[in-house]
Amino acid sequence: MIKTKDLTKRYGRTTAVDGVALDVREGDRYGLLGPNGSGKTTLVRMLLGLVFATRGEIEVLGLPVPRRVREVLPSIGALVEGPGAYPNLSGRTNLALFDAAGPGGRRRDRRARIGQALERVGLAGIDRRPVRAYSLGMRQRLGLAAALLRPPRLLILDEPTNGLDPRGIREIRDLLVELNRDGATVFLSSHLLSEIDAFCSRVGVMDRGRLVVQDDLDRLRTPTGRVTLGTPTPERVVALLDGRVEHRAGETLTVRHDDPGALNAELVAAGVTVTAIAAQRRTLEEVVLAATTGSSDRVDAAVEAGR
Amino acid sequence: MIRVELAKLFRRPRTYVIAGLLCVLPLIVAIFLATTRIPPPPGQGGAFLSAVLSNGALYPAAAMALVLPVFLPVSVAVLAGDAVAGEASAGTLRYLLVRPVSRSRLLVAKLISLIVFVLFAILAVLVTSYLTGITLFGAVTSSAGVALPPDVTSLSGVTISPAGLALRLLGTVAYIVISMVGVAAIALFLSTVTDSALGAAMGALAVLVTSQVLVTLDAAAAIRPYLPTRYWLAWIDFFREPVLWRDIERGAGIQLVYLVVLLGAAWANFLTKDVAT
Repeated sequence: MIKTKDLTKRYGRTTAVDGVALDVREGDRYGLLGPNGSGKTTLVRMLLGLVFATRGEIEVLGLPVPRRVREVLPSIGALVEGPGAYPNLSGRTNLALFDAAGPGGRRRDRRARIGQALERVGLAGIDRRPVRAYSLGMRQRLGLAAALLRPPRLLILDEPTNGLDPRGIREIRDLLVELNRDGATVFLSSHLLSEIDAFCSRVGVMDRGRLVVQDDLDRLRTPTGRVTLGTPTPERVVALLDGRVEHRAGETLTVRHDDPGALNAELVAAGVTVTAIAAQRRTLEEVVLAATTGSSDRVDAAVEAGR
Repeated sequence: MIRVELAKLFRRPRTYVIAGLLCVLPLIVAIFLATTRIPPPPGQGGAFLSAVLSNGALYPAAAMALVLPVFLPVSVAVLAGDAVAGEASAGTLRYLLVRPVSRSRLLVAKLISLIVFVLFAILAVLVTSYLTGITLFGAVTSSAGVALPPDVTSLSGVTISPAGLALRLLGTVAYIVISMVGVAAIALFLSTVTDSALGAAMGALAVLVTSQVLVTLDAAAAIRPYLPTRYWLAWIDFFREPVLWRDIERGAGIQLVYLVVLLGAAWANFLTKDVAT
């Protein structure tokens, strides 16, 4: 779906995106994670032909970008760095203008398509008020509706839940899951770990312009070689396992052990009641912290703050 | 895309505000003239202004002479400066481009919508000033037609038929549109360079003011024929008998050169530009 090779973008002396090899496969729910200023937005803009790469190759839906980007874009729904709309016009008029601006999309069913898109994003009841009067969350939903005007094969969404409240975030996530189930590949970028963790099947992590991690979420969250277990008699477990207990918090213990099943059998054989047992996995946060160097909006002395 | 641009143009209140302001200036001048009946001495003040006292039907021509040197170019520069830069800073440019709209088509659509705006504004001024002239000064309509004012024709007593007057007005409108397209091209080019609509408009106005100053400067006589504003008032030659084509042709030619060069520059710049806003 999306493949880049050695993709690099320089602005003067700063390198915004540095040698990125992105690989998004058909049907993926790909989450691009990275702090603000790590190059996510520049990368997204290059995928859409808005910003031209200094070096490297991009292939989207099998076609080279930016050379044949105009053949690619009609199958893409995009939200780039916040929604954009004409503030003096109503939401419906905005969608109608954007729809009329591009090729394809018959005029006759425009109203119906706009109504459908608005309904999907939860704006079916908007009136003739101008966009100027919309809240940030409403504008975000309107931007999403614009991305859904033609059924997209690929959704490229930059920070799609910006400005939404928790319920709104949940609604949008459900909508994206539904679209993905219907066959759309979703590529979204975010600086919020929780959002990526809850939605994505595949994760890329950007740090100072470089793609430092790219893998399936399940694979990233490898077992740590520890087991957390709950028991009403922690003292007996500590005595029994003799030194393998690393951490104890009330009735929850962290034990150094590779196989929760074997551990369970061992404990039960010794007559210990086990109320909960599971292999401990790395959290996404740990993965990200291990892969990234530091907060990019931090400016330390004598360290050039890269974009 | 052109339809979309026109929809945006005519759905924005500012289009009507600017056209309204353009109509108000001739109205104010007319009110002063009508109440005091003090004509500017022949050869000074706006063209046609002394003639309208005797014939209100000429007031549209006088209104053009009032609006053209400053007011109309300023409004064209403001709108053209906003054309691309305004979309960029509002965040709508990137959504148009991913729709996708080709960058060349977007530029052409912007230029066409600017031409339509100029036509709209000129027609508004012509209609309102004609009504103003008729009501405030009265029209001297004889079957022989309208007498051209002596300060313009240098021959008093030449009359042209109403059809002839209409034809000459049409030529005037066309010439002014061409002149304003030159202004639009300057501002449109700057609008693709900067993301600040205000900056682009200011830049275009700076070019025009510089040109106006140099036109009056004898030391700059060598470059005078190539200045964008040099032939702006050549449309007055449409009201001479016979029509004096020399300046009109030169003026139109220069504006076309400016248009081609600057639009080409705007196109080349916009096509390779990173849209990072």
